[in-house]
Amino acid sequence: MSDTPTRIFLPGDTTACALGADAVAQAVAHEAAARGLAVDVIRNGSRGLYWLEPLLEVQVGNRRIGYGPVSVAQVGPLFEGGLLRGAPAPGFQGEVDELPALRGQTRVTFSRAGIIDPLSLRDYRQLGGYRGLTRALTLCPADIVNEIENSGLRGRGGAAFPTGVKWRTVLEADPGPDGRKYVVCNADEGDSGTFADRLLMEADPFQLIEGMTIAGLATGADRGYIYLRSEYPRAAEVLHRALAVAREAGVLGDDLLGSRLAFDIELRIGAGAYICGEETALLESLEGRRGLVRVKPPLPAIHGLFGQPTVVNNVLTLAAASTILADGAAAYRQHGTGRSAGTLTVQLAGNVRHGGLYEVPFGAPLRTLLEEFGGGTASGRPLRAVQVGGPLGAYLPETQWDLPLDYEAFAAAGALLGHGGVVLFDETVDMRRQARFAMEFCAAESCGKCTPCRVGAVRGAELIDRIAGPGDQRALLEELCETMEAGSLCAMGGLTPMPVRSALAHFPEDFHG
Amino acid sequence: MSRDADRLHAVVDDAVALLGNTPDALLPLLHTVQQRIGFIPAESVPRIAAALNLSRAQVHGVVTFYHDFRTTPGAAHRLRLCRAEACQAVGARDLEAHLRERFGLLPGEPHGASAVSIEAVYCFGNCAAGPSLEIDGVLHGRVTPDRCETLLGQW
Repeated sequence: MSDTPTRIFLPGDTTACALGADAVAQAVAHEAAARGLAVDVIRNGSRGLYWLEPLLEVQVGNRRIGYGPVSVAQVGPLFEGGLLRGAPAPGFQGEVDELPALRGQTRVTFSRAGIIDPLSLRDYRQLGGYRGLTRALTLCPADIVNEIENSGLRGRGGAAFPTGVKWRTVLEADPGPDGRKYVVCNADEGDSGTFADRLLMEADPFQLIEGMTIAGLATGADRGYIYLRSEYPRAAEVLHRALAVAREAGVLGDDLLGSRLAFDIELRIGAGAYICGEETALLESLEGRRGLVRVKPPLPAIHGLFGQPTVVNNVLTLAAASTILADGAAAYRQHGTGRSAGTLTVQLAGNVRHGGLYEVPFGAPLRTLLEEFGGGTASGRPLRAVQVGGPLGAYLPETQWDLPLDYEAFAAAGALLGHGGVVLFDETVDMRRQARFAMEFCAAESCGKCTPCRVGAVRGAELIDRIAGPGDQRALLEELCETMEAGSLCAMGGLTPMPVRSALAHFPEDFHG
Repeated sequence: MSRDADRLHAVVDDAVALLGNTPDALLPLLHTVQQRIGFIPAESVPRIAAALNLSRAQVHGVVTFYHDFRTTPGAAHRLRLCRAEACQAVGARDLEAHLRERFGLLPGEPHGASAVSIEAVYCFGNCAAGPSLEIDGVLHGRVTPDRCETLLGQW
């Protein structure tokens, strides 16, 4: 037996743990101790192949051999079968990097996810981390903004606004006598079917921290906030510890890498309000108020947190900034299509056989994701509807599955790419019930500031209840949807009609009787 | 002053000392009070308002706006069920019906004298491994009614 412990990886990721990874990690440690074997159990993030979780990996030479899904009961037989040599034993997947589900992806933002120890700055740096910040420290703010602008990066939260334009606005905004500007990370990933932000924060938190720091240098902000939803306690724990590690190492704080430039980040936890994912409601919440949407303009870039110029970006947008600064705008831009530059993180969720996270260049057809990566439904029944873009996204019937994953193509089809969440439903789905739920959800989560959303959602649910009744209820519902779309203050009320109208248009048979 | 009130005031004062007395400290402060007391007692509101120089109405408004904050003590056991689309696609409604049969409660209903409360959550980010059910702070994936019974055991 060699003295060097064998490295075993078991994700500390939320989904991996919801499927038993904590217990498996304990069982591995016990089993190794009982057999007198030296192992080092590392709690990595997830690779995103959720159907294989808990995915145990063992380092053999410079290869990582995977086994999954692993249960506690399989741990003994695994050791018996030669786990530490990477031998074929229960759940054997071979070399993880060679799995088709990973090889078929273009991992840019998620290149380190599941590979490194999330809290090891050494791991992060070995795989390219902090090259972006190092380069940013040699550039003037306008040049950092140019780099982001040239990359074509658009906001990954759903609205797809050009990030460079936003940063330039903040850079050029006058902070007034207060003098402060802020960087706010919107980590309130509330859309059902999305978990990419969570996975990134749990697997590779320094990438977000680095990206926010670059945003600070680019815009003249010395203070950042991460607004994280309370439903993500594991991400909170990882971020909390990563921020401390970054401060200790001098990549965050008063003197970034000896440059005398300052940037620090505070982690704030939300309190279970979906609407706080809307950027102005989020700012209200950060300021200690109810999450009521603000009227825009003024834009947060000019009048944001505490009335000061503020960058508000999604987790993946900020994370991408570190890659763009490290490898240059051109390298990022070579991925993607048309105005959708770079990669899109698709999350396959719901009734799907191979659910998980797939980072692909923009432009790939939706059907490739559903069939080749997703492998169809988990139930084995025919796939009937796919909701893309979260609770405010359209339900797509089979005739629309050939759409390319591209912001403009989806918009032209009356759909929404949003944050890349894709929820699959098999033939048992009742689309009237799904349409009603869209209204119900809006009624439960509306901030209440504007009438079309607050009242419209309640009336919408009632209308769907009696849609097969006397009178032209359907025309009334369409009219209500138009009012909500045109008259709501933000995307909550404005887009709730999208799932409703798409269900009505594409699945009319579910609305009779 | 009662010992309970003393304790409550101490919790608020300690939290203010730690988190600061600016209005933006309100959410972190409420999280701290709820963590330590288990809920946000009505008697804590004036103390919090005074410390942050807010009106009681402002504090009350925030407490009642956010789903996470409770104004009454929680049940001994706390179930949180995801009711969002990705979990619906794999049977969250069946799980909800099962919980209703077992505990006589719908998500979000006041638990009354029941030792178990059920809350609705819209997404834990476990959307590729639903239905998702959190039992006393531990999240479980792929919770069918059968697996739910195994997890809850003798409850």
